[in-house]
Amino acid sequence: MREHLHAEWTKLRTLAGTGWLLLAIVVLTVAVSVAASAVVSCASEGCGYDPAKIGLFGVQVSQAVVAILAVSAITGEYGTGMIHLTLTAMPRRVGVLAAKALILVGLTLIAGSVAVLASALATRRILLANGFPADMLLLTSGPMVRAAVGSVLYLALVALFSLGVATAVRDSATAIGVVLGLLYLFPALILMVADDDWQRLLWQISPMNAGLAIQATTHLSSLPLSPWAGLGVLAAWATAALLGGGLLLRMRDA
Amino acid sequence: MSAIPRRSSHHAEPGTGRGGFGRSLRAEWTKFRTVRGWVVALTAAALVTVLLGLLSASSGHASCGAGPVEVACPPPLVGPGGEAVDDKFYFVHRPLVGDGGITVRLTSMTGQIRKPDVTPGRRNVVPGLVPWAKAGVMIKESTRQGSAYAAVMMTGEHGVRMQHDFTHDVAGRAGGVSRQSPRWLRLTRSGDTLTGYESVDGTDWTRIGTATLAGLPQTVQIGLFATSPGDLTVTQGDLGGSVAAARFTEATGEFDQVKLEGSTSGAWRDDDIGVTVGPDGVEHHPGRAGQSGGTFSVTGVGDIAPTIEGPTAERPLSGALTGLILVIVVAVMFVTAEYRHGLIRVTLLAGPRRGRTLAAKALALGLVTFAAALPAGAITFTVGGRILRGNGNAVLPVPLLTQVRIVVGMAVLFALAAVLALALGALLRRSVAAVVTAITVIVVPHVLATTSVLPDSAAQWLLRLTPAAGFATQQSVPQYAHVLGHYAPIAGFYPLPPWAGLAVLAGYTALALGLAVLRLRRRDA
Repeated sequence: MREHLHAEWTKLRTLAGTGWLLLAIVVLTVAVSVAASAVVSCASEGCGYDPAKIGLFGVQVSQAVVAILAVSAITGEYGTGMIHLTLTAMPRRVGVLAAKALILVGLTLIAGSVAVLASALATRRILLANGFPADMLLLTSGPMVRAAVGSVLYLALVALFSLGVATAVRDSATAIGVVLGLLYLFPALILMVADDDWQRLLWQISPMNAGLAIQATTHLSSLPLSPWAGLGVLAAWATAALLGGGLLLRMRDA
Repeated sequence: MSAIPRRSSHHAEPGTGRGGFGRSLRAEWTKFRTVRGWVVALTAAALVTVLLGLLSASSGHASCGAGPVEVACPPPLVGPGGEAVDDKFYFVHRPLVGDGGITVRLTSMTGQIRKPDVTPGRRNVVPGLVPWAKAGVMIKESTRQGSAYAAVMMTGEHGVRMQHDFTHDVAGRAGGVSRQSPRWLRLTRSGDTLTGYESVDGTDWTRIGTATLAGLPQTVQIGLFATSPGDLTVTQGDLGGSVAAARFTEATGEFDQVKLEGSTSGAWRDDDIGVTVGPDGVEHHPGRAGQSGGTFSVTGVGDIAPTIEGPTAERPLSGALTGLILVIVVAVMFVTAEYRHGLIRVTLLAGPRRGRTLAAKALALGLVTFAAALPAGAITFTVGGRILRGNGNAVLPVPLLTQVRIVVGMAVLFALAAVLALALGALLRRSVAAVVTAITVIVVPHVLATTSVLPDSAAQWLLRLTPAAGFATQQSVPQYAHVLGHYAPIAGFYPLPPWAGLAVLAGYTALALGLAVLRLRRRDA
């Protein structure tokens, strides 16, 4: 396993794009969160907005960059034919995938932590200035910590999910289309159906809606799933994608 | 001797003249058509759009209670222009035969508004007027709801107005009304032309505007009215989206010095036009009127205005987002696959004028996408609309021209999005980067603006500045300045007019294509 990890780390490290993508995750998360916080103000008779969701809004955009990073990690090899070399050198295919997954999770956790921490600190000031009460924005409060840590985990799970899908699909354009489609279309789909039960069900299985429940700090009782259960839904999507991708990788010719 | 080869070489020059472009276009079409995956994906995009749309349409059932039984909701009330309208007010009126008019002095306008309950179970009603509460004089074709009318009125916060046939609104002098500074209102009829006037003293009159109500019958109803639309509050939905609720309000106008001109026979009659009658036969929030010594007091609940709330005809089209992602993927691959397989070198050898070759590629893709999206949109819109109405939804009616604009506009949106994605593919040469960029600039802003926790102002800016502005072409119900509504992307209202939205998308597409041509010319393939 150590050789696998070393090989994958070398491959990802030496790609010119990796550093830029990690930087983009941080910059996009912070920039979009700051922009969203700047336009939200809290009415005097009570806030309609969840400060954690607004303050970490950038995650909804930067997850696309995480998806690029994860999808490129495997489809890049298929595109260049490198995969033949990789699998010849390391015939344990599942080991290759596991090594890729570990490296990706590590990188995403690092970039995600920096991004989320920077966003939380940067948006706190803005939200306070826009009239949010200070007790809702206490960075050390339980729900706030859950939202922050959960957002980092959310990004890591998006990376795993994207890697699984890309391993199964192999073509980069198709893979990224499937991943972004599944992430971004569920929210629109939920509003398309008029039936309440169907809406709740779609919400509960939607990777983005359920997964981002981890960011909720207010109105928890009206959510169809608790925050951690919501993140569990995304974890289930990621597991299923990785299992499917791993199985296909083992069974198919490269 | 040398003349012949020169001429023939002129003819044989590849890629010049109109024939050259036609040939490139055909070559690109052949490339597209012979890759089975792309054709399948584009067909799938059209099918997914249709299926999701029809599924969404058939999931929404609506029924209206009529006592103990549930019946299909009645079709929406329509005004003379064919749009859905509210026509609910208290009317104190007389018949007017032929030409004539009415002059009144409005001495006060008051009302009450129900606010959210402070103590549960106790109605929290405060005095006040909503911005578009109305009290004034009116000439109306008949007491039938939705019939033609013109009215001069005082409003809660928008001064004196002259309105007619629900969608037309002309501003008079701003300001309020009180016993110290009463407002005089006058409305006259001469044939089909109705003219509104206002005055502060009853002697010096200012004309506000005129309305032509074609085909107005000889006998019309003339009189005093009052009405008050519900107080609008918007809250965030639990699963995304927002919920708009309207709470009870009423408005009372006090009139004196009522003077009628023309042949107005009979006594004053009171009518609560369009009042809701509950299943027990009791009127829900009725209006009222009183009269003593030439002073009239009229109290009304409701509105005389176009309706903007209700299921919209474009709802089934929301499945198009899924189709759009498929189209974007195909469009990007249409160019990046050439780089991947080295086909681009052959393409550029055959068509050395690179700008023109890329233009041919873009045009071929745009036309193919348009051809796939047009029938998909037309079927989704018409069949989806029929299913919605069949399930008892009172879909807001849409004029034929607007229907055509929505369907054609959506096909244009698809074609432009495909070309934008293609241009990004040519610019970035990497499929992942191009697909992600295309999806993040076209689809994601729309999803974030219409479903997320973003406040309305941010959502509106997203749909003004990004290529997602093109989705404005889907909006079927216009925004009215004289109707207070939740005009936000989340409620289906776009910040730009339909063609302006498409123009923004077209601008981005042209820019990306221009940059792609530059890059293609400057760089080795």
